[in-house]
This record gives sequence, structure tokens and C-alpha cells, in this order.
Amino acid sequence: MNYDWSWTVFVDLSSNGVDTYLYTLLMGVGWTLALSLSAGVISLFFGSIVAVLRTAPSVWLHFIGTVYVEIFRNIPLLVQMFLWYFVLPEVLPKDWGDALKQMGQPWGQFIPAVLCLSFYGTARLAETLRAGIQSLPRGQGQAGTAMGLTPLQVYRYVIMPQAYRIVIPPLTSEFMGIVKYSSVALTIGLLELTGQARAMQEFSFHIFEAFSAATAGYLAINGCVVMAMHYLERHFALPGRIGWKARMKLSGSAS
Amino acid sequence: MNFDFNAVIQAIPYLFGTGMTFTLTLTLAAASMGLVLGTLLAVMRLSPYRLVSVPAGIYVNTLRSIPLLLVIFWFYFLMPYIGAWVTGASRPINIGAYKSAIITFTLFEAAYFCEIMRAGIQSVSRGQMAAGLAIGLTYRQAMQSIILPQAVRNMLPSLVTRVIILFQDTSLVYVLSLTDFLGAGAKIGQRDGRLVELYLFVALVYWVICFSASRVVKFLERRTRVAR
Repeated sequence: MNYDWSWTVFVDLSSNGVDTYLYTLLMGVGWTLALSLSAGVISLFFGSIVAVLRTAPSVWLHFIGTVYVEIFRNIPLLVQMFLWYFVLPEVLPKDWGDALKQMGQPWGQFIPAVLCLSFYGTARLAETLRAGIQSLPRGQGQAGTAMGLTPLQVYRYVIMPQAYRIVIPPLTSEFMGIVKYSSVALTIGLLELTGQARAMQEFSFHIFEAFSAATAGYLAINGCVVMAMHYLERHFALPGRIGWKARMKLSGSAS
Repeated sequence: MNFDFNAVIQAIPYLFGTGMTFTLTLTLAAASMGLVLGTLLAVMRLSPYRLVSVPAGIYVNTLRSIPLLLVIFWFYFLMPYIGAWVTGASRPINIGAYKSAIITFTLFEAAYFCEIMRAGIQSVSRGQMAAGLAIGLTYRQAMQSIILPQAVRNMLPSLVTRVIILFQDTSLVYVLSLTDFLGAGAKIGQRDGRLVELYLFVALVYWVICFSASRVVKFLERRTRVAR
């Protein structure tokens, strides 16, 4: 075993000759965060819509939701990434495609990556949310309808507020999933955390320091996701449901 | 945009003969070995001895919170050193991308299989074990003939779903320049300047396989529901 382990490699100059490796890795963390946050927000928004479609009484809406989910869940993420990056500019009208291709680093990679992760994440979050919606007693929706709410109002005021609360634990692992999937963007050349670690390893040959740093980065990011979701779960817990006592402790009163 | 479907048709022997064969080999090898290792990990995690359960927990949770791509890189570069350490060689030994991929996916999937197993075992109510012990079975017997058969039934759909995800994830060996199904498509596409056709065809084939497999899961779910 003759591996030359050295933590000081992080303050050495990186391959661009200006910044230290520590700085390039932090830039990687930044891109990973930017990518996962944008994809997470977009997926949550559109995932909610698709989940509503999937549970809608209308056969057509249900069909559209199902087709969407089945398309995006059953193609490997890496293949989807290549479709967005290599294939989309070719099948779009010529000037649009050229405009996409001419976008420089890093936006030319970031935008296809966000699109890819968002479309994929939408399908996954839609399934999670659908499970939440379907776990509610049917009477909830029926009671809303009986009170004279329109179907949209039933979803907005009765179903979704409860469904979001129920799915917080599975949603946590979905959001962690989005952070993890964002690493696939390195295959189209976006230097997010894994990409930066890989670049550092290729240039400095300090393989294990680079990957240890990336591992620590992902553990930290996903640790924050878990804590944030845990806070949301306690903050929005409803009295009478499991977990609401924790909220009492949190806010000091059970209102 | 003019599609050239001939480019796809000519590529089919290579795509399936080389690419899909590799993808399926990797999937089956990682799934079967991962299942064995995953079961072992699940038993360790459920063990009452903290010395056994805590390391298994750390292993599973760490692997589950970092991206598979990072794990692939980790093992690809770490394996030669581990190999040297095990065999006592003075220099890192050459493992090669192929073996490295199989070992990586096995170790990675084991973490996910472990959690499915654990959930499956815990989904069987405690009374079942108590009843088994009460009629005079040993812990081992009760586990073997009462808990596990029910647990396997409960977790079968999740296990198959996980294998479908594994099948999709094997495409990530692209970063090790291995020729899996996607890699084969990319190679031919780059050679002929027909990336669009090849990528679309690859996507279509993946979709057909994964969609059919997910129907099987639906069927299994219905079967297990009836059995209860």
C-alpha cells in the first residue's frame, strides 16, 4: 500500500490554475444545490398537478396522468439526460436547436439537466403524492363535494393539505433522490459535486481525498434535507394525528 | 431532421448481442449477489446486538445517501487498493472496469435490498413470532417457516421494482466506458453520426422492457393481495 494520502491537496491550485481544489469543490456543491433545488421545486409543483390528474374521476385526465408517469419512470435517467442534451436540439426547429447548442458552459448543460431532472422528478413525486391522496378516507372528498365545493376546491382545501402532510416522510427520500440524481448531470459535462471531484481526481491523482470530500458533501446536503423535512413535518402536524405532540414541544403550545 | 431507420436496423445485432447481453448479465449478477448480501445485512440490522446492527446500519445509510455515480467512481479506484491489501501485493492490482462494475452494483444494491428485506420482515406482526415460539418452535424455526415466507410474499413487489431500477441504473456504467446497451448505442451513434436515432431507439427499448416488467409487479401485487 503506497498511496500518498495528503489533506493539504485541497489548498493546492486546481487545474484551472486560479482556484484551489477546495474552491472548485465548493463550486460543485453550489451547482448540485442549484440543480436539485430548481428540479425539486419544479417537480413538486408539476408532480402535484400530475398526482391530481392521476386521481381525477375523469377517465381522460386519469389517462393523461398515467401516460406521463409511465413514460418518464420507465426510461433510465441517463438515457433521458442524453435525450434532453443531444436529441432535443436536433428535433426542435432549426433556430431553436441552434440557440440551445450555442449556449456556453455552464448554462448549456444546466438547463437540459434541470429539464431532465424536473420531468423525471415530476413523475416520481406524482406517484408519491398519489399514494398520499389515495390513503385519505374517501369520505373527505365526498364531504367536500356535499358541502358544495367544486372538484378543484375539494383538492385545494380538503385533499391536498392533508395529502402533503401524509407524504412528508416518503417525500424526504424523494428529495434526497433528486440530490443524488443530480450527479448524472456530470455525463453531459456539468461540473457539479461529483463532476468536480472527478476532475480533481483526474488532475491531482489524489483519488480518495477527492471522493471523500464529495461523499462528505452529499452526506451534508442530504442531512440538511432530512432536518428540513423533519422540521416541516413537526411544524405542519395536525392535532389528533400521529406526530402532533412533537409540534407542541416545538412551539410551546398546542393551539 | 431526417431520420435514418436503417442506421438503427443495422446496429441491432451489436446493440443486443453485445450491449443488452452485458446489461442483463450485470443486472442479474448484481441482483442475485446483492440479494444474498442484502439478506445478510438485514439480519444484521435486526440483530439485538448493537455491535452487529450499528455497522450494518452505517453501511446501508451511507450508501443510500450518496449518488450511485460517486459509488461507481469510489469502488473503481478503491478496488485495486483493496485487492492489493487482501492479496498482500505491494502495488495496486488491476481489477478492470467489468469486474469493478459487478462488485460495485452488488455492494450498492445490497444496501437497498437490505432495507426492503427489513421492512418485509417487520411487516409481519410480532404475534406471529410469539405464536411460533409458544407452540415450541425455536427462534430459527419460527423465522424460517413462519416469518420469512410471509415476509417474502410482502416484499416481492418491492424487490422486483428494485431490480427494474437496477436494470435502469446499470446504464450508468457508461462513465466507466463499458459497452452496455446505452454504451453500444452511443458508440454506433457516434461512429455513424446518428446519435438521435440510436438514443431514441435505446430509450424505446428500455421503456418497453421496464414498462412490461412494471406490469408484472402490478400482477404480483394483486396476487399477494388475494393471498392474504
